Amino acid sequence: MIHESIAATQAVVTLDVPLPDIFWGWFVTMNMWAKSIGTGLVFMLFLLMKKNPDEMKGLRTPTLIVSFIMMNVFLLFTLADLHQPFRMWHIFFYPHWTSAITVGAWMATVFVGLESLMIVVMLRKDKCLLTKNSTGFFDKLLFWVTLLAIPVTLYTAGIMAEATARELWQMSTESVQMILAATLSGSAAMILLGGSKLSDKTRQFFGAILGLSALMAFIIYMSEYIFGGMKSEEVIAILSNIKGDGDYATMFWIGQWVAYILPMLLVALARVSNSSNLLNLASMLAIVGLWVIKHVWLVIPQLLSLS
Amino acid sequence: MQLGFLVDLHLCMGCKGCEIACKVENEVPLSTWRLRVKYVDVGAFPETKRTFTPLRCNHCENAPCERICPVSALHYIDNGIVNIDSERCIGCAGCVMACPYGAIYIDPETQTADKCTYCAHRVASSMMPACVVACPVEANIFGDLEDPTSNISMYIQDHRDVQVRKPEKGTNPHHFYVGASQVNLNPLASERVEGFSLFNKITHLPLGGHHE
Ligand code: SF4
Ligand code: SF4
Repeated sequence: MIHESIAATQAVVTLDVPLPDIFWGWFVTMNMWAKSIGTGLVFMLFLLMKKNPDEMKGLRTPTLIVSFIMMNVFLLFTLADLHQPFRMWHIFFYPHWTSAITVGAWMATVFVGLESLMIVVMLRKDKCLLTKNSTGFFDKLLFWVTLLAIPVTLYTAGIMAEATARELWQMSTESVQMILAATLSGSAAMILLGGSKLSDKTRQFFGAILGLSALMAFIIYMSEYIFGGMKSEEVIAILSNIKGDGDYATMFWIGQWVAYILPMLLVALARVSNSSNLLNLASMLAIVGLWVIKHVWLVIPQLLSLS
Repeated sequence: MQLGFLVDLHLCMGCKGCEIACKVENEVPLSTWRLRVKYVDVGAFPETKRTFTPLRCNHCENAPCERICPVSALHYIDNGIVNIDSERCIGCAGCVMACPYGAIYIDPETQTADKCTYCAHRVASSMMPACVVACPVEANIFGDLEDPTSNISMYIQDHRDVQVRKPEKGTNPHHFYVGASQVNLNPLASERVEGFSLFNKITHLPLGGHHE
């Protein structure tokens, strides 16, 4: 371990000006968080269609509208984070296909386009020129939109994997975390949005998705926390920011408690006591906590000096 | 043709001539550097010594910055240089996140990414990069790695301790060091202690985007 040689060499940097630390800040956190909810809601609507289509009544349009809004929040923050936002069109006219940013931007655009189409079809029902059976058309499109939601959810993990400088982010773990973030926030948003339109059984079903997503995401974070540093010195240095008195330790644990631990407990309690309020509380905490934990995981690798 | 750089750290005396020449040649704005010489002090008084390491873009064969750039603003040119088209750049900072060497910065004046280009514009006119010309001890050796008779190729053949930064990243840098220790090449081999820097209050010009 090269770091251990410092005691012998007492090597201290006396002149160097590394890059100012954080380049992807909370705008990128907003991007990931909003996208999780946007695609997560589509996953949940699809599950509802498969499980209990009768309960979709009155939920198709509102769910799609909320998903559409979150996807637009995601696109807006992506755009605002660019240093040259007015050149965004370059992505469409000079695309570089090895870049997960390019692939993601194209897929997300198609995804939002399809969502708009679904909303229009539902809102214009009788006057729709495309189809007479708007609900059937919506449900058919929902299948393809759900399929597309998978890579749209995953591509951010691809960007993180392509960020070679940031050892902490590995494609396999980040892609699982992206999907879990979508199922966690999607089920939470569905519970809140569905309200009394959903039967108790269906709410508990989404509660189970919420609890299991929280459990699995928590296990992965804890695995990284405990074992992550055993194979890479850079990861040790990065994780030191969330251990002991590291600058992001408190925020990391707030995120773990609010996004995962408390929602897991509340979901379990809600099942035992059949309480809607506990399930709503679990959902709200999961959505808020997800933002916190995404932010910590985004920022800590950027604190490591690369030179 | 594959252009490459080699710095003989036995020769480098940390005068920063290359750094200044680069700044002037490429009009690099205040608070940003394409090339900088890192100082690391080693040992305890009175047994101390100062090491000097010029750091610039490595023009990697397998460049993560080129791969992640969504608009091909970062691209290879025929002589192997990883060049940048600042008119094309959208300022997403993907390359800043991808380069394992911290070689890319966002230019506070143009709000686009920038980095060392091995002075591609000078090379195109058969001139040496500005830093090579400025070095008083000829510690910077520049040339064609595919030509076995070039200075750089012969230097690599003649020396055993030819190293690159972070070989484990699989980037295959076209920038080599002779006479380097871990302290020179590995950022984790030295500490950054508050108050030990020769420049303590560096002001960074404001950038667009959001950096919190
Ligand atoms: S050193 Fe960094 S900026 Fe230069 S080619 Fe390699 S990855 Fe790109
Ligand atoms: S900041 Fe510019 S050069 Fe860097 S990846 Fe983005 S578009 Fe490409």
